[in-house]
Amino acid sequence: MSAQRIYLDNNATTPTDPRVVEAMIPYFTNMFGNAASRNHPFGWEAEEGVDYAREQVAKLIGADPKEIIFTSGATESDNLAIKGVFEMYARKGNHIITLTTEHKAVLDACKKVEKLGGEVTYLDVKRDGLVDLEQLEAAMTDKTVLVSIMFANNETGVIQPMKEIGELCAKKGILFMSDITQAAGKIPVDVKELGIHLAAFTAHKMYGPKGVGALFVNRKGPRVKVTAQMDGGGHERGMRSGTLNVPGIVGFGKAAELCINEMAKDADRLSKLRDKLQVSLMEKLEEVVINGNEENRMPHVTNMSFKHVEGEGLMMTFNQNIALSSGSACTSASLEPSYVLKALGLGDDLAHSSLRFSLGRFTTEEEVEAAIDQVAEGVNHMRSLSPIWEMYKEGIDLESIEWSEH
Amino acid sequence: MRIYFDNAATTPLDEEVLEAMLPYMRGYYGNPSSIHADGRQSRMAIERARRKIALQIGASIGEIFFTSGGTEANNMALKCAVRDLGVKRIISSPTEHHCILHTLDTLEKSRGIEVVYLPVDSKGCINMDVLSETIDASDKKTMVSLMYANNEIGTLHDFERISILCDEKGVLFHSDTVQAIGQFPINLDETKVSFLAGAAHKFHGPKGVGFIYVNGDNIIKPYIDGGSQERNMRGGTENLYGIVGMAEALERSCKAMEERKNHVGEIRSYMKEQLLQLIPGILFNGCQEQYLHKVLSVSIPPIDNGEMLLMLLDMAGVSASGGSACSSGVEHESHVLTAIQGHPDYKTIRFSFSHHNTKNEVDQVIEKLRGIIN
Repeated sequence: MSAQRIYLDNNATTPTDPRVVEAMIPYFTNMFGNAASRNHPFGWEAEEGVDYAREQVAKLIGADPKEIIFTSGATESDNLAIKGVFEMYARKGNHIITLTTEHKAVLDACKKVEKLGGEVTYLDVKRDGLVDLEQLEAAMTDKTVLVSIMFANNETGVIQPMKEIGELCAKKGILFMSDITQAAGKIPVDVKELGIHLAAFTAHKMYGPKGVGALFVNRKGPRVKVTAQMDGGGHERGMRSGTLNVPGIVGFGKAAELCINEMAKDADRLSKLRDKLQVSLMEKLEEVVINGNEENRMPHVTNMSFKHVEGEGLMMTFNQNIALSSGSACTSASLEPSYVLKALGLGDDLAHSSLRFSLGRFTTEEEVEAAIDQVAEGVNHMRSLSPIWEMYKEGIDLESIEWSEH
Repeated sequence: MRIYFDNAATTPLDEEVLEAMLPYMRGYYGNPSSIHADGRQSRMAIERARRKIALQIGASIGEIFFTSGGTEANNMALKCAVRDLGVKRIISSPTEHHCILHTLDTLEKSRGIEVVYLPVDSKGCINMDVLSETIDASDKKTMVSLMYANNEIGTLHDFERISILCDEKGVLFHSDTVQAIGQFPINLDETKVSFLAGAAHKFHGPKGVGFIYVNGDNIIKPYIDGGSQERNMRGGTENLYGIVGMAEALERSCKAMEERKNHVGEIRSYMKEQLLQLIPGILFNGCQEQYLHKVLSVSIPPIDNGEMLLMLLDMAGVSASGGSACSSGVEHESHVLTAIQGHPDYKTIRFSFSHHNTKNEVDQVIEKLRGIIN
């Protein structure tokens, strides 16, 4: 389809790897059984497919297969973890700590918890997007049941200090949940080593199919339980009912396996391409800012602001050729400036002028080179039309201008 | 070749449905919420699917929301009705699917909702007068939740009459139509329903995707939070290929409804006749006048090998089911058979068919049964 189109929006979703599609197809046709059918081979085949996938997915994050609950995606997993812990541990406390830069799935689930009588602390992040560990520790009370902090941010790619957060939670006896959606399959994630007790992730961000995800729930030290949010036949050890999405789960497993084998190679290649993209754009253009911490960042992501250019307008200049995002895809249908970038202290103007480049397994060097040219051209074009850019070039201090309402 | 008589558990995907899905697994992969061209293509596919589905059941496109399956849709209907519409009492029946019964348990325990289970007769039917009286017995805001067609015994509740009654009495009506969609014509333009649940894998579509119909009069909030997908009603990146496949499968089922119904109905009657001849005293569970034609539930009197029947059938290459597939893990006594007071010493088998099955397969199954019981 996108023979000429360049896809640099792999944080929104990734193409399904053809090897994953091939692995799934038999489970649509020959092996179509219901994995809960216990008394005939159609059911067993389906269950075997699910069991193998569970092993692959568990291995990806260093978990035990019994600790993997399959869901319809990361959003459902986030909901199950947050609401499920809140309900299950109601006797221990009602306080949850999270960050203002979390994904909407976490923030909206937390808001729902507040409506149910919970208390939620939304910590601000530092200007580089990282959590302030001292603030985090100070926010912990004896009523705190859960800390929910994402592994890598979807907009900036910034990686949080997971091990330190895990240690802090362990010290205080608080459960540590992480939305690892952007990190899983892209960089090594070992939930045990990091002290993560619950982790939500999804297949379609790691070259697997849409519509399937997982929640890791720690079984030993501590044994974590969540209250089921979906009642029914008692699938997934009672934590998530509903007929299993067998082909989707099989595809998820295959995607996990491919990531285990190819992650290092992909990350190495993509970080070089990403750096090339970043360096070239900064060479070709003035007044470019990189958003978020550059040392602790996903290898395939860069979020850049092009001062005095409106991101949405800029995208229009190459929209037909390059797919990328000027904010989180999940909310980009609205034109509000990104709340994540605002939390990093960016003004509306800089937030609006940002583009998120997220490379993937199928991104080629030629595509990156073409993108560099087209984006630079687009920025120059937009700036050439912009009176604000003209004023900036004339040396007028834009901060000093009082804009009149009209 | 094995014979698959377990189509109430799940159905094989229609070949054409897979064809419709494959482009969305391979070529078109954009996130439907992305505003670039890749995203817009995905968005358009989803909206086309929504229109297709709405059209098949006489709904408007704004009333269809995609979910991960029937279980989620049923959970959402019951829990959102309580949370957002102020429902304080739910009238249901003991033969509903576990995803209804267990959700009702949860609502009873954690939300203090009054749950009334209507009695069912030996065929699994409710009495409409009793339903009417039960509705009248309380002033609490009430919802009736009754399935269209039973998954274990195939008995139908009178969907249209229940809808009319609920409308007259001013109470909400939710129906678990997971087994009925694509099997019976449903026209929500004429039949007033508050909520309705569907699952693609029961009508030859993919697993992992379903939908909920929410009547436009009912304003509910999301059940799964996060993101602004499904017009803020259901967070989470849409299962693009699944949604496309579901719409294709439903359209195909509805187009071929009469034809498939006749074909499957004939297989069912034929199997019934053959079983009667083979096993004297065999009982047929559920209503035998109005039924879901794909399901034939039988109870076999104590005979040699009776206990092992399902296993032996399986070894002989026939896939059928003891009850429903959803009670994963240990085999429990079926709550449906308990409710209709079946014979506890009889062995129950559910055969369930699709348009892929043939009379010839029935003959083979009968021969295999003959070998097992003699």
